[in-house]
Formats: sequence, structure tokens, C-alpha cells
Amino acid sequence: MVTLLYFASLRERLGASREHLPLPAGTATVERLVDHLRTRGTRWSDAFAPGRTWRVAVNRQMADPATPVKPGDEVAFFPPVTGG
Amino acid sequence: MPRVRVQAEAFDIGRELESLTVGRNDVGAVASFTGLVRAANDGAAVTAMTLEHYPGMTELALEAICAQAMARWDLLDVLIVHRVGPLLPGDRIVLVGVSSAHRGDAFAACEFVMDYLKTRAPFWKKESTREGERWVEARVSDEDAAARWE
Repeated sequence: MVTLLYFASLRERLGASREHLPLPAGTATVERLVDHLRTRGTRWSDAFAPGRTWRVAVNRQMADPATPVKPGDEVAFFPPVTGG
Repeated sequence: MPRVRVQAEAFDIGRELESLTVGRNDVGAVASFTGLVRAANDGAAVTAMTLEHYPGMTELALEAICAQAMARWDLLDVLIVHRVGPLLPGDRIVLVGVSSAHRGDAFAACEFVMDYLKTRAPFWKKESTREGERWVEARVSDEDAAARWE
């Protein structure tokens, strides 16, 4: 299982803030995980469409599509940050 | 020892900055930055703002930025206080305070901390305007400002 978190505009677009997902076989990176999420329907494929800007953190550290994902990880998706 | 706080409550600038110098006589300079909610942004009147964050990661990101600043400049202390939740125009959003023996390090580190906070700490602003709510877009100029330090 992995814990997936969604924040800000991405959370609203997806209508989800947190979920637990059994890691699909062969899903060893953020990129593969996003490929899987895109298969969930238009809302998901639109939110993660190529060219759309999203950021990812794995276990609370900034990550990128090539970052490994393994069972027990916390993976968070969000738009570029706008604090301060 | 850098201190980082993410909180819904308002903060007192004087009290926060005093904490950088109280009980010590080695501080020669304190530089600070305060960020506030503006009543206008991108041509629209802003009536309210909500700050969202990633509990757990936001604090880690801020601590990492403080540690980078401490490693890069000769600093005595760094303080970051950042509010989350509903805010109104005029409210303070963030305070960064940096203490050092000399002003040069304090000024530079304060600007560095803000530039990195704006591009690396997971906070998101949502504005309320007369036309409705909108998420604030990240600015390329903030990325450019952070890139100066690399």
C-alpha cells in the first residue's frame, strides 16, 4: 500500500485529498504511479496530462517522475507552491 | 538553533524578533521580512485569502531552508513563522528573522530564506475576489529569484 495525498487546486480538481492504494505491480516510480492514476478517467488524465504543471513529494521530500516508489511510501501531488 | 512555526494564529513581530536577541550579547544585526495580504492582486480586489499547507512536510521544508542558510552564512539564529488558514487583507502571512554578528550575512540570508520559502515550501494561496475564488498562480519571477542563489 502507498498513501496518496493531493493538495490545493489538484485536490479540488480530483475531488480527493487522501487515499490508500495497493501499489500496482510494476509501479516502481512516480512516473509509473501517475500512469496508473491517469487510467482512472478523464478527471485524472486531465489533471496529470503531459504539460500540465504538478509537483510531487515522496515521504515529504520533493521528488520527480523518476523517484522510486515502494510500499509504505507517502506520495503527495500538488501544484507549484505559492506561500510567503 | 533555527525555529520554525506554522500556525493559524496571528503573531507579534516585536516579540518574535526579540526572541532572537534576548539573553545574549553576541548579536550585532537582526534582519527581518514580513509578508502581508494585499487588497489587490493581478487586477482584482482581494477580499480574503486562505493558506493551505502540507502538515509535516511544510515544517521539514522550512527547517531544511534554515539549515541551508545557517550553513551558507555566518548566522546566530533563524526564525520563520508562517500563518495558515483564513486571512484578510492587511494580515501578516509570514515573518522571517535572521540574526548575525554583522548586517551583511543577516540581510543576505533573510532574502535567501524568503526566496527559497516561496519556491520550495508547500503552501498554497487561494484568493477570494468579487468574481469568486481562485488559486494564486506561481510566478516565474519567484523561480528566477531563487535561482540567483544556486
